[in-house]
Amino acid sequence: MDLTDAFPGMAIDAFRGQTRMVVLVESLRETLRTLKEQFGFDMLVDVTCVDYLHYRGAKDRFGLVYLLANTETNERLTVRCFVNDPQPTVPSVIALWEGANWLEREVWDMFGVRFDGHPDLRRILLPELFEAHPLRKDYPLQGCGERHHFPVVAREIPNP
Amino acid sequence: MPLHPLSPAGDLAHDEPRPYVWTMNFGPQHPATHTTLRLVLKLDGERVVDAMPDIGYLHSGFEKLGEHLDFNQYVTIADRMNYVSPMANDVAWHLAVERLLDLETPPRCQYLRVIVCELSRISDHLLCLGAMGLDIGAFTHFVYAFNPREQIYDIFEALCGARLTNSYTRVGGLMYDASPKAIAMIRDFLRQIPKTFRDMDRLLRRNRIFIDRTRGVGVLGRDEAIRRSCSGPVARASGVPRDLRKDEPYLAYRDFDFQVCCADEGDCLARYLVRMEEMRESVKIIHQAIENLPSGPVNVGDDARTILPNKEAVTSTIEGLITHFELVMTNRGFSTPCGEVYHATEAPNGELGFYVVGDGTARAYRARCRPPSFVHFALFPHLIRGHTLSDVVAVLGSLNVIAAELDR
Repeated sequence: MDLTDAFPGMAIDAFRGQTRMVVLVESLRETLRTLKEQFGFDMLVDVTCVDYLHYRGAKDRFGLVYLLANTETNERLTVRCFVNDPQPTVPSVIALWEGANWLEREVWDMFGVRFDGHPDLRRILLPELFEAHPLRKDYPLQGCGERHHFPVVAREIPNP
Repeated sequence: MPLHPLSPAGDLAHDEPRPYVWTMNFGPQHPATHTTLRLVLKLDGERVVDAMPDIGYLHSGFEKLGEHLDFNQYVTIADRMNYVSPMANDVAWHLAVERLLDLETPPRCQYLRVIVCELSRISDHLLCLGAMGLDIGAFTHFVYAFNPREQIYDIFEALCGARLTNSYTRVGGLMYDASPKAIAMIRDFLRQIPKTFRDMDRLLRRNRIFIDRTRGVGVLGRDEAIRRSCSGPVARASGVPRDLRKDEPYLAYRDFDFQVCCADEGDCLARYLVRMEEMRESVKIIHQAIENLPSGPVNVGDDARTILPNKEAVTSTIEGLITHFELVMTNRGFSTPCGEVYHATEAPNGELGFYVVGDGTARAYRARCRPPSFVHFALFPHLIRGHTLSDVVAVLGSLNVIAAELDR
């Protein structure tokens, strides 16, 4: 079965020999399930995100990127899905691929995109007290002074 | 027998009170973690009921830096990701960039890149296997495994002047061509390295203690390995015959005769043996590459306006001078297409890929690194559940988690 036949109306194209498709956020989970079960894309290689804030000609803020691979035929497919402020949210794909767990946590940590249905959506690389999402384009390279204002852990000094 | 996790997500904050379960902190500065990563273990006696990895101690914003450095500058950051095999990271980064720019490097460059990739695979596996033995108690094995890494560092020094942070590749080529001295050193290395493999085999392969502590420990099934996005030696030890050098041949890997090493057991011993065999295959590849090394230029031509010309061309020719300034001036540089590419390479640890977004400027709009260590460390609670505390270091060693790549 061909991808264009199975998903009529979806934007499927190729760039530098890589097939990619754009999916609406409402149909993301169903599309990925179909790709996994009927097209044999059994491995989720990566989940990442791009913040298109200053990107020329971009209409949406965040682009979620799912890199899929078929371990039998060695095909690859890039699935993209766009979400916007406020509260960018996409469905979690942990039910399909358990490997998505940490990858989705990293996207939440770095971009502030929520994953609906993720059982353990906590920050993974940055400390829990960190408030910003640093890979967003409106976050400066040198940070917002978090290092200087980070609360010092108060330790009890034993009485002499 | 693996026990059930306390809670589905491994979140220790929400489980029911069990007074006999101890909580133990492992790391972030424990000698057996090698680098800074932390584990919170829940122990029932000596048995690990659950483990919660806590990472991020070495997070240094590499991906954010990638949006502010140009394609040639960022290779210095790529070096520092997996510092055990920096050359493999350099090659992975520039292959992704070259795919975005649609550049084809000359054959000599491709062969030299294959050679440095395979040398760094040997270097990475030697450290991984040596340290795995060390953690389990085989100190001598570590010393024998670590010794040839010095020779590999010497080769890298002869190739590019740096031992650890090589930054050897450039967009469309390499920093320097390989000198005859470097090639002689590689030939020398190939002659001597089989002895190291024999020594390592004699020390551990039939060692009763080593086998008892690794066989059946941390078993990862085939389907699980795929579902949990494993790649590289970890997946191959679980019976997933996936090797990007064969499956999606990049560089000149099509030209070489080598085999993909697999095992079915999926335990720590299988991961050890797969890495051991992979080093032998790497030696075969380097042999073929060094004997058939094509002559010719190592970089794409100066007029392609993508590679920095060498200093002699800059100071003696007007074309070289113009190309140099076109590339280094702040308002000039590469012209990239507005597109997004992903290029994956078979790094020593697994699939190392870069997702590069170009926006027409000389810098990446987004430089995402797909780190194999990150994906493999997520496996850890699953692998260790039900095993004893002393198996923690065996499993950790067999996954070869490099914290700088884990946290980036």
